[in-house]
Amino acid sequence: MKLTDLSNDINEWFNGSGPLADIVISSRIRLARNLASHKFLSRCSNAEKFDILKKLKDILMSLDLGDKVFYIGVDKAPVLDRHLLVERHLISRNHAFGKGPRGAVIAQHEFFTAMINEEDHLRLQVLKGGCQLSQCAGQISRIDDMIEEKVEFAFSPRYGYLTACPTNLGTAIRASVMLHLPALKMTGQIEKFFNAARDMNLAIRGLFGEGTEAASDLYQLSNQVTLGISESAVVTEFENAIIPEIVEYENAARNQLLSKQPDVLDDKISRAMALLQNARLISSQEALFLLSHLRLGVNMHKHMGASTPAIKRLCSLKDNCDADEHSELSIATINRLFMLTLPAHLQLNYGKPLDPTHRDALRAQIIRSALGQES
Amino acid sequence: MQCQICNKNEATIHLTEIADGVRTEMHLCEICAHEQGIAVKTNIPINELLSNLLAVQPADDQLSGRLDKSLSCPHCGFTLDQFRKEALLGCPYDYEVFEKALLPLIEKAHNGKTTHCGKFPSRVPQDAKKQIELLSLRQQLEAAVQSEDYELAARLRDKISAIEKREGVC
Repeated sequence: MKLTDLSNDINEWFNGSGPLADIVISSRIRLARNLASHKFLSRCSNAEKFDILKKLKDILMSLDLGDKVFYIGVDKAPVLDRHLLVERHLISRNHAFGKGPRGAVIAQHEFFTAMINEEDHLRLQVLKGGCQLSQCAGQISRIDDMIEEKVEFAFSPRYGYLTACPTNLGTAIRASVMLHLPALKMTGQIEKFFNAARDMNLAIRGLFGEGTEAASDLYQLSNQVTLGISESAVVTEFENAIIPEIVEYENAARNQLLSKQPDVLDDKISRAMALLQNARLISSQEALFLLSHLRLGVNMHKHMGASTPAIKRLCSLKDNCDADEHSELSIATINRLFMLTLPAHLQLNYGKPLDPTHRDALRAQIIRSALGQES
Repeated sequence: MQCQICNKNEATIHLTEIADGVRTEMHLCEICAHEQGIAVKTNIPINELLSNLLAVQPADDQLSGRLDKSLSCPHCGFTLDQFRKEALLGCPYDYEVFEKALLPLIEKAHNGKTTHCGKFPSRVPQDAKKQIELLSLRQQLEAAVQSEDYELAARLRDKISAIEKREGVC
């Protein structure tokens, strides 16, 4: 299995499917585990890290996950390959550019990854599209059980699963959702949302942006407390209390835009269309920013029946990525443009590294052609 | 509160500088802060927060006189000083060896909670599970009494007695 088998299309969790997918793009559960018989990574020599890597790699590669799995030696992989894995949310940036023997076992359909020797010996992750935290949790727990049949985890009845950092103690579970919140941003309410998240002991950060900005209007929201609460309570709180409230706020903001500021909405969507269909050079940041407005427009049409002039024009664009000649622009295509024009994807699919200007030109060309324009 | 520089946007960044005993405060919006070259992180990594907390600890900690500063883990040689620098522990036994110093940190990081009540690996012996269930029930009982929910407290007390009788725990 080569990485270019992955890089040519979007991940399944990013194709716009799943419950509440117009706002909750994806759900992820991550578990941290350490082997009982070894020190934590900060005290391990490279030889010890290699032992841990071999042990866990063999176990993970032998699991029956209902999907083919492949292994990547992250420490030895080319830099561009590592960037690709980070762009696809398969490994963390910390893992890609960390130190010492480390690897990742990845399921072909990318719903499951195991990072070996990241901050803990093992970090398992299950990803699904839309709001599916319970499904992710159930699946990851079964995989955790399968691994635990073959190896003993560091565990204390008092403190739970023992992790290198005390902030991950206990359940060692990190539940997170990727949210698309363009309307909260446009109506000036995103700071309120940030503050509310922090009040609820949730970590919030902008994705694909620099500093405090989320150029793509995409945010990741995750729990911070992992001890003194059960795995199912973490998930239930997210699904039954936190997510419904956020979805309500974003929907209210979208409705507010539609009823009170349709011109603002139309302007943003029209500019996005005009630039994406015509620009000759477009940076990754700018593409993410503009694609976010297209995604908003298509979702408002699909889920709220919105049909402002700009939205009508947007939804009548021919989707050149879809085999069906008559299909309207889809979320899958918008997300595909999002992912495939990220820097590592762009270069791996082109076949060689490119300097920024050539990347910007190639990105613009791919987007123009997908949106029905002549190259 | 408005930004002190542009007087237009809402101030969301509040800086306090204490120098030579003089305290000055500045209230800025993101744009002006950025223009001033002030880097702002919306999420300070918990690791950093922890290191800072631990760095402050010995001065505030009433136990600091009793904490053996030269304490090191017999299994991995780790010391608290190293934890201060890296915010990562050396081995699973460190949780036992440095329990006194770590407990306040764990409490702060996990909203006051210090006992696991989630999944147990299937290998953990049965009696350990029972001990933890009892520990958890006793904590819930304490909380119920504090919040004056005496009905709940009574139910918990009965549950605890039943388990203790069954398990022969005194």
